[in-house]
Amino acid sequence: MLKSTVDRVAGATPHAIAKRVRGLSDRSLAWLFVAPSIVLLLAVNIFPLIWTVRLSFTNFRVNRPNAEVEFVGLKNYLSILSDKDIWLTMQATAHFLIWTIVLQVLIGFSLAYLINKKFRGNDLWTTIIVLPMMLSPAVVGNFWTFLYQPQIGLFNYAVGFLTGADPSSFSMIGDVSLAPWAIIIVDTWMWTPFVMLICLAGLRSIPSSIYEAAECDRASKWRQFWTITIPLVLPFLMLAVLFRGIENFKMFDLVVQLTGGGPGSITELTSINLKREAFEKWRTGYASAYAVILFVTVFGLASIYVKALNKVKQR
Amino acid sequence: MELRHFKSLAAFGALLAASVASTGHAKATELTLCWAAWDPANALVELSKDFEAKSGIKMKYEFVPWPNFADRMLNELNSGGKLCDLMIGDSQWIGGAAENGQYVKLNDFFDKEGIKMSDFIPATVVGYAEWPKNSPNYWALPAFGDVVGWSYRKDWFARPELQAEFKSKYGRDLAVPKTFAELKDIAEFFQKREIDGKTVYGAAIYTERGSEGITMGAMDVLYSFGFEYQNPDKPYELEGYVNSAKAVKGLEFYKALYDCCTPPGHSDAYMSEDIDAYKSGQVALHMNFAFTWPGINADANVGGDKSGYFPNPAGPDGVAFAQLGGQGISVVSSSEKQSDALSYIKWFAQPEIQQKWWQMGGYSALRKVVEDPGFATSQPYAQTFLDSMAIVKDFWAEPSYASLLQATQKRFHDYVVAGQGSAQDALDGLVKDWTQIFDDEGKY
Repeated sequence: MLKSTVDRVAGATPHAIAKRVRGLSDRSLAWLFVAPSIVLLLAVNIFPLIWTVRLSFTNFRVNRPNAEVEFVGLKNYLSILSDKDIWLTMQATAHFLIWTIVLQVLIGFSLAYLINKKFRGNDLWTTIIVLPMMLSPAVVGNFWTFLYQPQIGLFNYAVGFLTGADPSSFSMIGDVSLAPWAIIIVDTWMWTPFVMLICLAGLRSIPSSIYEAAECDRASKWRQFWTITIPLVLPFLMLAVLFRGIENFKMFDLVVQLTGGGPGSITELTSINLKREAFEKWRTGYASAYAVILFVTVFGLASIYVKALNKVKQR
Repeated sequence: MELRHFKSLAAFGALLAASVASTGHAKATELTLCWAAWDPANALVELSKDFEAKSGIKMKYEFVPWPNFADRMLNELNSGGKLCDLMIGDSQWIGGAAENGQYVKLNDFFDKEGIKMSDFIPATVVGYAEWPKNSPNYWALPAFGDVVGWSYRKDWFARPELQAEFKSKYGRDLAVPKTFAELKDIAEFFQKREIDGKTVYGAAIYTERGSEGITMGAMDVLYSFGFEYQNPDKPYELEGYVNSAKAVKGLEFYKALYDCCTPPGHSDAYMSEDIDAYKSGQVALHMNFAFTWPGINADANVGGDKSGYFPNPAGPDGVAFAQLGGQGISVVSSSEKQSDALSYIKWFAQPEIQQKWWQMGGYSALRKVVEDPGFATSQPYAQTFLDSMAIVKDFWAEPSYASLLQATQKRFHDYVVAGQGSAQDALDGLVKDWTQIFDDEGKY
């Protein structure tokens, strides 16, 4: 792969430029240009990855520089996979992931479908809808903790107004059954516009001639939707699911700001749990094994998904 | 080489040498002190102007908000960073910092300068300076004495109609509680009560999940109910001490207090959330570290005669303990300016500076200051501070304290706030977690 890239760069380098640099062939010059990127990639991506894998087989703790580092084999991996609490954080992550993706795809696609219709001011509406995704997750988390306040929060007031309940009688982020939904609501509010934009790009890429042909064949609107719109937008939707899935699997800042993983450990996602192990308990070797497991999980699932996505695109 | 080139080169070299020399000089006259970003830190900045004037050394400060303080500063220590020359680190860090060589041992320096640890409040010496505990190995100078105590709305307690209603309901005066049972009665009495047209609540207590909040709060109750960290005769034997019947009762009490008497949404509250609840007039009682009292006393809404202060009340057996806070000041081993840092500690340890420290809002741990006849009446909260410092207990200061603390945070929050399982389950689980941690540390 690297060799062919170098050959391509060498082939594309104008002869005159290569000649000006004395003693260097086109190929050497190409290597010279590519080398900084390779060094950078090795230094910031490949080396840390290999080092993490190496540490995952040890009992190393970064806060114990004087302690002897022992090779512990698969002990870290086995204790992670047999830890009940870690499986609970996996469940919490899966719950968060599934519901945010389902809601964001449904709402995002619906919004894109509506925005795609030509009506006055749809550009303005598009701008307003995409505003939340432009904010920092930490700011959004902080902002929503105020909205969720039982005594002064607008969210509780709105729910109280609509249902007649006492706004101070429930706490979205303090109640075990409500806290996961509090996070799902905020993430959906923030990232549905992203899904909407991708779907909108998909909808606008469908040539109008296909719908005109369907009209000539007297296909109903419903039939056009199911046989033209959905199949042609599906690759875009799947791409949105891939992006949101990867992003939400490593969700950290928003949840930390909103609930800190609580109440209890009900919203402690894997990323928060991993951070506690690595930078609060300082169990570096153990946390490295944990990170490797998460990396393999995401990488594996994403690879399977990308294969499915390619199949859909080729249809 | 032409002569003019040589001259230019020589001039450039001289300039470079001068700039290096001036950089070196600047380094030698500047110290960075790392601490949490809170009111006492601002007082220390003011106090340290005297040191700057006398020594000619400029002080720089790196103050980090409490929720991120441990993360940021322990990263700095663990990475051997050179940001901090002086560290006012939390009491629990002492064990790890001493064993990992992150703090400079101060025994020789104390001996040379005539600084005696017997001049400081004993609990602060054990809590902030010693490792191993109760051994004469000093890694810090007690810098800021702190302890959990309570403030209450003295003005609400004094209202005749509330006094009468309370007496008819509970058969005693509405007054400072002597036991936790009395404290809960008072909190229940105020819960959802209308005062001056506003709904108020019973008590603001610690419930925070992320760092150390709920542990610092619940431990106050657990200590007073009979919780012990370990068998006093057999270190690291936890079974029957951590999860004793008395400890279980203590944790059940803390949950009951959380359920009955805290303001709505008080599920993740630590120092700043509690002080906000109190200063905004939401609660009648307020659990917090003593550092908050000068701010309360000076506050326009709740300060002066409107607030009173009292130490942690007693448990069912009549014994009272309080969670130790506060910090010692240490010299960071990786600092290249250790001698200047030591000169700061020497300056800070002087009795007249310690006296000034107390006057400016810092809690001095020097006995000469706190045992002065005028100390107890010097501020409305001074006596409560003394009473509280006399009953302190601290969390584990082991090198593995962070793992021990995280396990406690999880177990307590799962039970108290999330309502999962029983108090017995939580403490049995804690014994299991702590035993595993000590086992990994080779303590058994």
